Amino acid sequence: MKRSKRIEVLDRRPVNLDGYIDEWPEMGLIAMSSPYDPKPSLKIENGIIVELDGKRREDFDFLDQFIADYAIRADRAEASMAVPSLEIARKIVDINVSRKEILEIISGITPAKMTEVINHLNVVEMMMGMQKMRARRVPGNQAHITNLKDDPVQIAADAAEGALRGFSEEETTMGVARYAPFSAMALLIGAQAGRPGVLTQCSAEEATELELGIRGLTTYAETLSVYGTEKVFIDGDDTPYSKAFLNSAYASRGLKVRFSSGSGSEALMGSSEKKSMLYLECRCLYVTKGAGSQGIQNGSVSCIGVTASVPSGIREVMGENLVAALLGLECASSNDQSFSNSDMRRTARTMLQFMPGTDFIFSGYAAEPNYDNMFAGSNFDAEDFDDYNVMQRDMQVDGGLRPVTEENVIRVRRTAAKAVQAVFKYLGLTPVTDEQVEAVVYAHGSKDTLNRDAASDLMAADDMMKRGITGLDVVRALADSGYTELAENILNMLKQRVIGDYMQTAAILDDHFQVMSGVNTPNDYMGPGTGYRVSGKRWEEIKAIPHRIDAGEF
Amino acid sequence: MEVNEQLIQAITRAVVEQLHRNGAQPQTETKSMTSSAAGSLAGKTRIRPKRSYEGAVRAKQGTDPKEVVIGVGAAFQTEITKTLGGLPLDEVIRNVKAGIEEEGMVSRVVKVLDTSDVGFMALEAAKLSGSGFGIGIQSKGTTVIHQKDLYPLSNLELFPQAPLMTLETYRRVGKNAAKYAKGEKVTPIESTNDPMVRAKFQVKAALMHIIETEQLDPDKGMIEWEGVR
Repeated sequence: MKRSKRIEVLDRRPVNLDGYIDEWPEMGLIAMSSPYDPKPSLKIENGIIVELDGKRREDFDFLDQFIADYAIRADRAEASMAVPSLEIARKIVDINVSRKEILEIISGITPAKMTEVINHLNVVEMMMGMQKMRARRVPGNQAHITNLKDDPVQIAADAAEGALRGFSEEETTMGVARYAPFSAMALLIGAQAGRPGVLTQCSAEEATELELGIRGLTTYAETLSVYGTEKVFIDGDDTPYSKAFLNSAYASRGLKVRFSSGSGSEALMGSSEKKSMLYLECRCLYVTKGAGSQGIQNGSVSCIGVTASVPSGIREVMGENLVAALLGLECASSNDQSFSNSDMRRTARTMLQFMPGTDFIFSGYAAEPNYDNMFAGSNFDAEDFDDYNVMQRDMQVDGGLRPVTEENVIRVRRTAAKAVQAVFKYLGLTPVTDEQVEAVVYAHGSKDTLNRDAASDLMAADDMMKRGITGLDVVRALADSGYTELAENILNMLKQRVIGDYMQTAAILDDHFQVMSGVNTPNDYMGPGTGYRVSGKRWEEIKAIPHRIDAGEF
Repeated sequence: MEVNEQLIQAITRAVVEQLHRNGAQPQTETKSMTSSAAGSLAGKTRIRPKRSYEGAVRAKQGTDPKEVVIGVGAAFQTEITKTLGGLPLDEVIRNVKAGIEEEGMVSRVVKVLDTSDVGFMALEAAKLSGSGFGIGIQSKGTTVIHQKDLYPLSNLELFPQAPLMTLETYRRVGKNAAKYAKGEKVTPIESTNDPMVRAKFQVKAALMHIIETEQLDPDKGMIEWEGVR
């Protein structure tokens, strides 16, 4: 066949480098509705759920049983199940029906019914639903802070800059897992150097992550993964009960926690039980709710390449974010994983959460160039900061970030890098040279920094754990090295764990360590003239992007 | 290159035959743009037939402190012959073994039939290994170096982006595993990262993982695999 020049041009477009596949329900490659999804049903005897979505109690797997016993309000279930799914879907979109009323109805419906409700909504209706159902009044944002070299000095500098730019939470992870103690400590120091009150976490193997939390080297946790089928749970050596137990372990030490799930994982692991991605994700979210977690990171997350490959996949992603909000959970709505070679496609995907606002629009945004993002790339990265700020300004939307000045960026990066240098010296860890600090302060990414001795770093990190170094040791090291204000900020973060208020749904802290959560600042949106609107000081901040034409100089 | 009608027909025939052998429905000429479901695999419940491991030898517990065990995936060198990035698995295994042997240590290859999770595969290999150090390699190429007394989801080194692996990296994986086993101070292989790997490869990775998982035979546990085809 003689080729069309236009088709040849189109074939070369970045969007055609992405992976697409037809629906295949038997392998779980189906977004919203599989012919094998159960029909909604519920029966209660003596206050106990004895039938759930077509299954009798004796046939329950452990997810069904956990959901039936802990995630559905048996006292409300009969009334809720009697409301047609289409009517619930309409109430979600109706500005005259309050968030509270929706939460009450939803608390009595089953996962299959939830799936049915979401299938009635198009993406604009889902966005309207999210605008109303998001837990916290003001949307927020989370950053990823990582680099290819696992360089703690760069982690601290990027964390400081990210905090300055407006992120309320920052998450790190490692290329080499054993760097975790250094990464967690550097992130804790850097974040507080950028803006007091930013929460930090270190995504690691669960026991390590818990220990870092208990020691006060992190201030929240997120990587408690749950799955939609029994097989995938068991493959990870887990059950809903073990996750609930782990959740309690964090709670016992006053640490904020959210779970993590996302569509596509069951299909990716070959154990989807022929169910749709949405139905399986609903089961994950009910388990999260039942385990008593205040929130979830979801929206396909690291399996977005699978969900995005099938028809209606990106709609499904927004649908599952909405399910989280409908269950009253804090929703950190993904956007944290690169999935498309097309700038148009990746931006369109993020608009679904950006425009209505979620508790955390990204979970998180790569606050470094994507080549340094050790979560294998985020949907937006440091090179998109100005695009993002302009989109906030164009649409008068609060996406959680703000424009910054170069002077301030350099200043906070320097404070953070030098503070890490001082703490490493005080604690007798591997040395940080002045040349390294200088390179990191002005760096864009790890291609601009000096190499560290990784083998020595790993031995020192191991030693740091053996010596029992805690967050309080970091405070002491900073105070004794002349970083009084930074020491106070970190001490204040540790105090949050005694106060406990930041364990409430969707909590973040302001510059004065005051909690803003779904409890003390709940979302009160009920149509035009209500809810959070960008205005006043915040609007002035968003307007002040760099590169504006100065009419006076024209 | 001059592309003529005959060549196109020959290629089409070869592709359809290959698809047919793989179990897909051959696409008919009537497929149009409006019927996106045509040629889909809807209705099929597996990708490859199940291979029998009847008579396979169960892998023994190692005792030689110089031994490093490599645990490969259930579809390794059988249903799958190349990694996600296109490296032949024969070459992958040859390089890992060479890396171990260059450090003066002894390698042994086993096939893991009770899990397709690379973390658990590597841990099982480590537990079987006389030195307590092992390597897990999925058929798509994802690799972990593990130690027997670590948590399953922890590891010594993890190589999560299979398409970025080279044969040289696999050789260095073997060398580093051997060095851990010798108790040396080891510098981990520097991380690599391509943010677009997910966009290009994740669906293919899912299909390969399904093929691997289909071949699991939990009752067989781990079997000796060196030299066996």
